Amino acid sequence: MHPAYSVLLFTTLSGAGYGLLILLGLFGAAGVIPAAPWLGAVGFVVSFGLVTAGLLSSTLHLGHPERAWRAISQWRSSWLSREGVMALFTYLPAGLFALGWVFLGRTTGVWAALGILSAAGALLTLYCTGMIYQSLKTISQWHNDWVTPVYILLGMASGALWFNALLQAFGEGRTFFTWLAIATLLTALVAKFGYWHSIDTAKLLRNPGHATGLGRLGQVRPWESAHTEANYVQREMGFQIARKHAEKLRVYAILAGFIVPLLLCLAVVALNGGLAASVLTVLAALSGMLGLLIERWLFFAEAKHVVTLYYGADSA
Amino acid sequence: MTSLPENTTGKKLGLVIDLDTCVGCQACAVSCKEWNTTGHAAPLTDNNPYGAGATGVWLNRIHSYEVSPGTAGSGGMTVNFPRSCLHCEEPACVTVCPTGASYKRAEDGIVLVNPDTCIGCKLCSWACPYGAREYDEDHGVMKKCTLCVDRIYNETFEPEDRQPACVRACPTGARHFGDLGDPQSAVSTLVRERGGVDLMPGLGYRPVNKYLPPRERRVGAEDTPAALAPVEATGGAAEGDGIFRWLDRVLTR
Repeated sequence: MHPAYSVLLFTTLSGAGYGLLILLGLFGAAGVIPAAPWLGAVGFVVSFGLVTAGLLSSTLHLGHPERAWRAISQWRSSWLSREGVMALFTYLPAGLFALGWVFLGRTTGVWAALGILSAAGALLTLYCTGMIYQSLKTISQWHNDWVTPVYILLGMASGALWFNALLQAFGEGRTFFTWLAIATLLTALVAKFGYWHSIDTAKLLRNPGHATGLGRLGQVRPWESAHTEANYVQREMGFQIARKHAEKLRVYAILAGFIVPLLLCLAVVALNGGLAASVLTVLAALSGMLGLLIERWLFFAEAKHVVTLYYGADSA
Repeated sequence: MTSLPENTTGKKLGLVIDLDTCVGCQACAVSCKEWNTTGHAAPLTDNNPYGAGATGVWLNRIHSYEVSPGTAGSGGMTVNFPRSCLHCEEPACVTVCPTGASYKRAEDGIVLVNPDTCIGCKLCSWACPYGAREYDEDHGVMKKCTLCVDRIYNETFEPEDRQPACVRACPTGARHFGDLGDPQSAVSTLVRERGGVDLMPGLGYRPVNKYLPPRERRVGAEDTPAALAPVEATGGAAEGDGIFRWLDRVLTR
């Protein structure tokens, strides 16, 4: 599958933004972190900034971005539409929660309810995004039960890294939050390994014989191209740059997305506060984002669409 | 509305494509492009059509496959394979559409795209297993087969012209148009008699269009000669000229 830059950016940025929003909502509502105005202001600016930049970026690959508002209408059948609805809905409680936190210094009572509601909205938005991919029966690497949990966990992990960086920067850092980032990173890594194991061992069920209905007559293979130049279907669905580098890219994604942030987090635990710890938490978050970008690219490159069977693929 | 409508009439318009008689001449593809570049899906882009790197939207693509070794004793065979929208009964291309631009008609099951509300997100093309949708880069919307909805109901046309352009153009009669929801229709009868098949039925899209498999080859039948008698070469300028024929034989020795 062709990875549009805008979609890679969207899923990476908004994933982290929603992950951060979930943690701000839950820990803010629980009163575990203080309703300090500057902490809240920066936290919500980063969170809304990541989410909004991601959403805006996702409209860049549209043929008609000016019609994007129409995409919230078909929530009854379309996961993409549901994602749009949930993304817009989440701004409402999250915006109010942010106002209460930053200007009134309050995160209790009804404000706490808003925090929990924004966390729920963010979680559902991540779920809808994952389901856009998981619901496609045409791509077996995506039509896989690991896809949505992995997407949510990666969002949570990158969000936890930013959350930790934020708290460190405002002197609210606690070893607990660094361990929280480590725990979500490890959980996401285990889930990603589960996904990779699943797609590596899955038997691809379809071949050109199924695609053409000619399979019972013998082995089917194309002997002449249907057209002289590649068409949209081949460029979009037949994209496979990076597939041959999959092994290497997996290593880079694991290193940048998990190993480096994990080591930096352990260093932060060892340092126990201070400027150096603060810098390391930001580096951990940035490295995590880089790893996720590679992981997203690979997610597209490893996806084999069944339509490629008409164009010479052996299986899909 | 991209939720699937209840089919109110039981009508399922579609095509039956005979892989036995298709000769791969591309006439259907060309006439499709010609009609639809001014029809419902108009225009179909055609960039740099005469140069290297030509790109454009076609709603019908004709593949050619080799099937080997074939059924016992038949040797291999080549099969020409036209591929276009199958107007599925469970079209995921419709249900994934976030705007309602992609829709299935309740009255006859034709799957269409409204170019005025399509946002060009391309998700429908990801959801289609059959590669039936091609994105129009110039206009930023998705294009697909309309089953020539602007021909089949056109009362200003002669009755024999009220069928899709590809069907009308096919010189071997390999393409048939009709109501596959009516078990008594000519196309339904054809599917029954020839054992018409769905493409990738396991995916559950329930295509309306059917493909008729190639007939059994008559290899080994009693009237098939074991080998043809050799043909004597009679070459070019020498033909009919005694001296050159004689020289040709001499020089050949």
